Amino acid sequence: MSISVRIPPVLRTQTGGAKIVSVDGASLGAVLTALTAAHPDLREQIFEADGTLRRWVNVYVDGADVRHLAGLETPTQDGIEVVILPAMAGGSVAPVSAR
Amino acid sequence: MTTKLFTEVDAKAAQQLLDSPTPPLLIDVREQNEWDAGYLHGATHAPKGMISFTIPNIAPEKSAPILLYCAGGVRSAAAAETLAGLGYTNLTSMSGGINGWSAAGLPVVETTALTPEQKSRYSRHLLLPGVGADGQTKLLNARVLMVGAGGLGAPAALYLAAAGVGTLRIIDFDSVEASNLQRQVIHTTDRVGMLKVESAATQIRALNPDVEVEPINDMLTTENVVSLLDGVDLVIDGTDTFEARYALNDAAVKLGIPVVHAGVFRFEGQLTVLAPGRGPCYRCLHPTPPPAEMAPSCGVAGVLGVLPGVIGVLQATEALKMLLGIGEPLIGRLLLWDALEGTFTELTVKRDPHCVACGDGTAKGGAA
Repeated sequence: MSISVRIPPVLRTQTGGAKIVSVDGASLGAVLTALTAAHPDLREQIFEADGTLRRWVNVYVDGADVRHLAGLETPTQDGIEVVILPAMAGGSVAPVSAR
Repeated sequence: MTTKLFTEVDAKAAQQLLDSPTPPLLIDVREQNEWDAGYLHGATHAPKGMISFTIPNIAPEKSAPILLYCAGGVRSAAAAETLAGLGYTNLTSMSGGINGWSAAGLPVVETTALTPEQKSRYSRHLLLPGVGADGQTKLLNARVLMVGAGGLGAPAALYLAAAGVGTLRIIDFDSVEASNLQRQVIHTTDRVGMLKVESAATQIRALNPDVEVEPINDMLTTENVVSLLDGVDLVIDGTDTFEARYALNDAAVKLGIPVVHAGVFRFEGQLTVLAPGRGPCYRCLHPTPPPAEMAPSCGVAGVLGVLPGVIGVLQATEALKMLLGIGEPLIGRLLLWDALEGTFTELTVKRDPHCVACGDGTAKGGAA
């Protein structure tokens, strides 16, 4: 079973530049655990210490926000796409201040 | 035996049809100079001589109810026959025409507020179903707040100005730098060092003298955001800090003003329309900003010059749709664009009933 996880541009340093990471997992929690096992630097970007999702990181399963689905319990079937989308301050250069 | 191809009604009956819950499509079949002198509210202009060519765009559905009028009722009856010959089945002609309408003391006509110069400048808009003189007048009467005259604001402001959005209020606190010119196409090499709002105002006035520019050399804060939004119909969000974005969101929600939000990074961009009462707000999308130490560090990330161009022009597109009330704005939908892949991805964003800005527990809640 293979799930494609789309890594946002701001978190690609943590995946060695990879935009799509394919992992296995029957639920979103399993998928993200497999993802952060493969790329440990992503862990603190995505998860709180207690294992819940960071509040400013949105995760979409087939285009729907998992907060409106079953969160980390959301089932993930073969072939679906998971999108990670952290809050980004925008502008065209830096997320915090410069333009 | 003759079959009636269309119905004829007088002005009073026509008004009842137009006031009904399912009003007919109102078409004025007179010539341009007659139309310019005044027309009925909500009418589409389609001169009789060309109506067989223009009708498919105006009324793609042949069973749609159509009410035709001219000056006295003769040409609209002829136009109705033409349309019946093309297969249109629900046709009405107003006997007595616009003259009869005026004589009946009905709330007359709108004269187009457009000058001859404006009719020429906006002629491609005037031809468009859904825009026309009514839509162009809406744009000319609109005021848009542009937060930032940078990567996103530059292309958005140019196209909104070209489209004839009457007032552009632009806030930015930077000056033009040489490194901006790779993407911020509203600025020019000889204006490096000038305040961005002044540089933008110069370019907009050169492009379209119809546009009133309100340049504000300042930073958007919680203190000034309400006065910045005064009299504004819509906001183009080109903010670059979380503080400004949340301040803008919270005030816009309170005042019921839609915000076209966007962001760009390297080769990718995103945008959505945050329309109070119709969909989620920014806090529904991201309830809290990341703490500063967790904000992804990308001070030297760079951005492909055309990237904010494409996304900024998409923002302008959404702004025009919202101002004109046409199409399906990106409300509740977040569009991601990957320039290198050449792909768009659409995500669904729902209003959060627990949102601290627009949720059910707030004064603005419960509407969407």
